[in-house]
Amino acid sequence: MDLGLAQNWFFLVIGLLMVVSSLVVVTSRNVMHAALMLVAALGGSAGIFILLGAEFVAAVVVLVYIGAIIVLFLFGVMITRVGVGRSNTLDHPNSWPAAVIAIATFSVLAGSAVAFFGDEKIDRIAAVRTSDIGTSIFDRFVVPFEVVSFVLLAALIGGIVLARKDPES
Amino acid sequence: MTIAQFLVLSAAMFSIGIYGVLARRNAVLVLLSVELMLAAVNINFVAFGRHMADPIAGGQVFALFVITVAAAEVGIGLAIVLLIFRNRASANIDELDALKW
Amino acid sequence: MVTAALLAGPAILAAGGEEAVHHSDGGVLASGAWLIVLVPFVAALAITLFGKRLPRNGAELAVGAVAFVAVYGTVLLFSTWMGDGIVYEGAVTIGQFGGFEVEWAWVVDGLSIMMFFVVGVVSTACFVYAVGYMEGDVRPTAFFASFTLFAGAMLMLVSAANLIQLLIGWELVGVSSYLLIGHYWEQKENSSAGMKAFIVNKIADIGLMIGIIIAGITVGSFTLSTIMDKVEESDAALDDVAVVVAVLLFIGAMGKSAQFPFHVWLPDAMAGPTPVSALMHAATMVTAGVYLIARMFPLFEHMAPDALTVVLVIGTITLVIAGLLAIVQDDIKRVLAYSTLSQLGYMVAALGAGAYTAGLFHLFTHAFFKSLLFLGAGSVIHAVHSNNMSDMGGLRKDMPRTFWTFIIGSAALAGVPFLAGFFSKDEILASFNEGGHSIVFLLGVITAFITALYMTRAVSLTFFGEYKGDGHPHESPAVMTVPMLGLAGGAVLVGYLNVPGFTSSFYNLVTTRSVSHELLGEHATSFDIMALGVGFLALVLGIAVGYRLYYRDAPTQKERDRLRIPVLWPLLENKYYIDDLYMNGIVNPVKGPIARFINWTNSYIIDLVVNLAGLFTKGLGRFVYGGLDQRGIDLAINEVGAGAGFLGGKLRYIQTGKVQQYAGALFAGALVLVIGFWISIT
Repeated sequence: MDLGLAQNWFFLVIGLLMVVSSLVVVTSRNVMHAALMLVAALGGSAGIFILLGAEFVAAVVVLVYIGAIIVLFLFGVMITRVGVGRSNTLDHPNSWPAAVIAIATFSVLAGSAVAFFGDEKIDRIAAVRTSDIGTSIFDRFVVPFEVVSFVLLAALIGGIVLARKDPES
Repeated sequence: MTIAQFLVLSAAMFSIGIYGVLARRNAVLVLLSVELMLAAVNINFVAFGRHMADPIAGGQVFALFVITVAAAEVGIGLAIVLLIFRNRASANIDELDALKW
Repeated sequence: MVTAALLAGPAILAAGGEEAVHHSDGGVLASGAWLIVLVPFVAALAITLFGKRLPRNGAELAVGAVAFVAVYGTVLLFSTWMGDGIVYEGAVTIGQFGGFEVEWAWVVDGLSIMMFFVVGVVSTACFVYAVGYMEGDVRPTAFFASFTLFAGAMLMLVSAANLIQLLIGWELVGVSSYLLIGHYWEQKENSSAGMKAFIVNKIADIGLMIGIIIAGITVGSFTLSTIMDKVEESDAALDDVAVVVAVLLFIGAMGKSAQFPFHVWLPDAMAGPTPVSALMHAATMVTAGVYLIARMFPLFEHMAPDALTVVLVIGTITLVIAGLLAIVQDDIKRVLAYSTLSQLGYMVAALGAGAYTAGLFHLFTHAFFKSLLFLGAGSVIHAVHSNNMSDMGGLRKDMPRTFWTFIIGSAALAGVPFLAGFFSKDEILASFNEGGHSIVFLLGVITAFITALYMTRAVSLTFFGEYKGDGHPHESPAVMTVPMLGLAGGAVLVGYLNVPGFTSSFYNLVTTRSVSHELLGEHATSFDIMALGVGFLALVLGIAVGYRLYYRDAPTQKERDRLRIPVLWPLLENKYYIDDLYMNGIVNPVKGPIARFINWTNSYIIDLVVNLAGLFTKGLGRFVYGGLDQRGIDLAINEVGAGAGFLGGKLRYIQTGKVQQYAGALFAGALVLVIGFWISIT
């Protein structure tokens, strides 16, 4: 990594932030902490997106992911009454197989990435404009778009049906 | 900026997400970890989209789709956790082993 | 028949003298002669199948069949006398099995025509008599079926053109004899008598069969004409075995004609119904042996004179010992049975002395008067309901027709001049004398005396004196007396067929054969005065002594039986202990030790093999089932099942129900795949 570039410094810092907050998400004994650290991780990912020139995606991440989904999580946490404070029962006692798998996955993925891409650089030209994304959605990817709309609709209805109380009771 | 650094970052987050899915006992926390994994995947998509200089911006479009689906999935997932919690007064996944041998 | 004989008589009597060398073939009569055998067999079958449904229990078919034979035989007889003499041999193929042809061959020549006539006529008389005698019998249909079967078998025997057919007829005759003797088998003695007859006959038949086989193999054919041709040519191969063959054939004849020592079955055979005794054991079946010797006579005469000596000796012994036995019998049928034995001895001895015509002539006449006597005895028995002369006496007043026919029969038997028996017995005695057999001649004369004696005894005890029984004797019905009258006519008349010097019709008849006359013995051309005189003397003496001893009445029949010679009588009453000898010497040892030994062999050796086979199979089965099947195959299969279960039992723990573990497995698996692909790429 060429640390002469400013982007690389930004990348390093944001990356570190994301990794640390992810670690906290998965190891914290406090649910609220975990949820809020996810916020940090997702915020970091938004920053990465900006670095990559995908501002619209960054904006959507902040709006939807952080703004809606995390809030939803917080609601879920509160309703399931895990306990706002620390709790000892959040992890499995034996979590070494998970660690093994995680490390193995990381090595495979990272290793293959480095092995295949090596020092290929991303060229600096052409950040993608939002209008291009819009055109692309409604031109090339209109079917997936419609399908995803249905998924949302189904999730909406499903969520309501699942979570409501029984009419008789 | 090399593509590899983004991919490594994405791999790290994905692995951490896997660890979280497998190691956590609380259902909500498991869902959180799943979100981590999805975020990592988003980074991957966008990085590749930028690397290929895709004229139709496929990487970013799909990243949007992933976010949408993630949102839907979280909604349903939490609804299910809610139902489980209502029935068993506990959010422990460990206790959901009725389909065992 | 009597009228026909009277009308045709002069023609027949004059037909004698010339020997016709040229024989006719008999035309359609001869070629159709197979009917003579077939009709009785078919009738026997018909009676068996639906005799019970007929009004007279099948007797109609029986009488019809033998009447047909009688008519046919008579027609053949006249046609052979009127013409050149029929010598015909017919054959018809009745079956073909691959390359093997089965033929039915019959011979129509003088000898067989004579037998057809005798069998037909006497059978008709006895059958008609039987219709009356068997009235109310427990099994009339079975009786007539067997009786008709016998008739067919006898005719098959005498018409056989080869030794095999003769043998078949011979055996069938034995079978029907067995069936008929044992007709009243509810009493054990009767079935035992039948078995005795059959077994004694069978033992003798061994000789017959061996003789036939040797003859057939030596000559290369069983056909009689072929054998006779070889005899005429004096064939060397046949010459070597001729004596053996002749003696063996004679052994067979001894069985059937009840010669000593095979005579023991005939007295016991009287257990059968009287018509059976009359026909079979007087006139026809027992003459089959004599017929056989006569048929094979050229062989005996030309090539085996030593065998003829054996025949003579046996015949003589038989005629003497049987005649003596007849004096001591109380059962009237037994008297006649021993008398038959004695007369058969005469016939056989005559043949043994080389007197072919004499022997056959006596067969011919004897058939008539002996069957007549038996029918008369049956009539008496029927009236008195007892066989024993102890229960009889004075029956001439109540049964005149029976009495007179019995007298005629007895006179003919004894040899009273001008009746049939006189001519035939005289000719036999003459042949003894002329043949130089002095001892035989002497014995023959003595037995003629004894014959007259015992017949006078029988007649006196039965018909004269006072009736000593309990019942009310009455004359028998016409259906029984008419046949007797017919036979009586025959007993009077048939003798005139062979008067030496006057008629030789009978001689011509029986020498009408395919062999030349030289081989068939001489014919007397005049009376032998010595034989005539001595024979007449014996007759008169016998009647006189008999009259003196038995005619006078006494309170019991036993007391009338006045002759009793101390040592001889017990011997006679026990039949010379021959039966005891056979029983203890032969039958009991076989029955006892030998039978037990065979039973032991069967149980322990033969059954052992069978049982071992069974045990082995059981053991094998047990092994296959237990060892192979249960422990081997089933084990394998069960283990496979158990293995699957075991495996499943262990593998099911993978299903923990925990989602995270499934996810973990999923990731790990995907990782492995990726690594795998990666390695395969690099």
